[in-house]
Amino acid sequence: MNTTTTIKTGVKKGSTIALGYIPIAITFGLLAKSTGIPAGITILMSALVFAGASQFVAVNLLQLHTGAWEIVLTTFIVNLRHLLMSASLSAKIKNKIPQSWIPLLSFGITDETFSFLSLTDKEKLSTGYILGINTIAYFAWVGGTALGVYLGQGLPAIIKNSMGIALYAMFIGLLIPSIKKSNSVALVSLTAVGISALLNWGPSFLQQISRGWKIIIVTILASAIGAYLFPEVGETIE
Amino acid sequence: MNNLILIIIGMAVVTYIPRLLPLALFSNLHLPPFFKRFLEFIPYTALSALIFPAILSATGSLGSAILGGIVAIALAYLEINLFLIVSSSIAGVLFWELLI
Repeated sequence: MNTTTTIKTGVKKGSTIALGYIPIAITFGLLAKSTGIPAGITILMSALVFAGASQFVAVNLLQLHTGAWEIVLTTFIVNLRHLLMSASLSAKIKNKIPQSWIPLLSFGITDETFSFLSLTDKEKLSTGYILGINTIAYFAWVGGTALGVYLGQGLPAIIKNSMGIALYAMFIGLLIPSIKKSNSVALVSLTAVGISALLNWGPSFLQQISRGWKIIIVTILASAIGAYLFPEVGETIE
Repeated sequence: MNNLILIIIGMAVVTYIPRLLPLALFSNLHLPPFFKRFLEFIPYTALSALIFPAILSATGSLGSAILGGIVAIALAYLEINLFLIVSSSIAGVLFWELLI
């Protein structure tokens, strides 16, 4: 197949991902707008970072006036999982993709594009195909963000205030299905909640830690406990 | 504003590097199993840390935040569309703030 055809196939396949992204991206744009982040900054974040969960986290931290380094470090930790996905893909597409395309194609690795590519037949994976999937997913994400920012300008104040819950509802919506699927994820999440509660209501020297660092500490500690208690690899990630 | 742009550039760099490195090096990354497992748990523990206890002070009152949270948990358990979960949770908060 020539490249144009494979790009088209990729775009077609990727439209499923795009459809999933648009409502989330709109939510992201709306939320960022409601917390007072400038429109250009929000769209720039979607365009340069292109990693949903971490962007919601960043908006949340910005809203709470967290320090710049804490935001960047939290983003790093939340997005570190892409390392695994990139490694897994590299085993799969070895020798099939020219080295010069790797910098562009790896930018498009997300939870969704990765799951999609992992489930695709090895024979179908080509530069054009991956490019097609990444491109439509990317434009859905950035375009949806812009639409959300635009819609956010017209929202009445009472709705904007109630939207404070939106971010957390979204986090819950992402977390609960995984908890349902796996006992180890459920227990590790509970552990995280427990440590989080301890840092917030425990001894005062713990309470004094800033919010950004609390999130980093909880994430690292609970994940390490999880890896220690449930060492069997591959049981949580479908 | 400048500070915000710098934060975004920082976020972009630290997000891009883990995406790029294993593919660019084209090697099978041999992570120790413990570290692999550790990485697998991160999305869930990070989400948990973000949700709790910050959700309790996310709205005008504790009551509306709890109602919004319960609505979100119930609908997420049914695994319906994310957008519907979020809008229903907002509606729950609005309901509490307007009526109670």
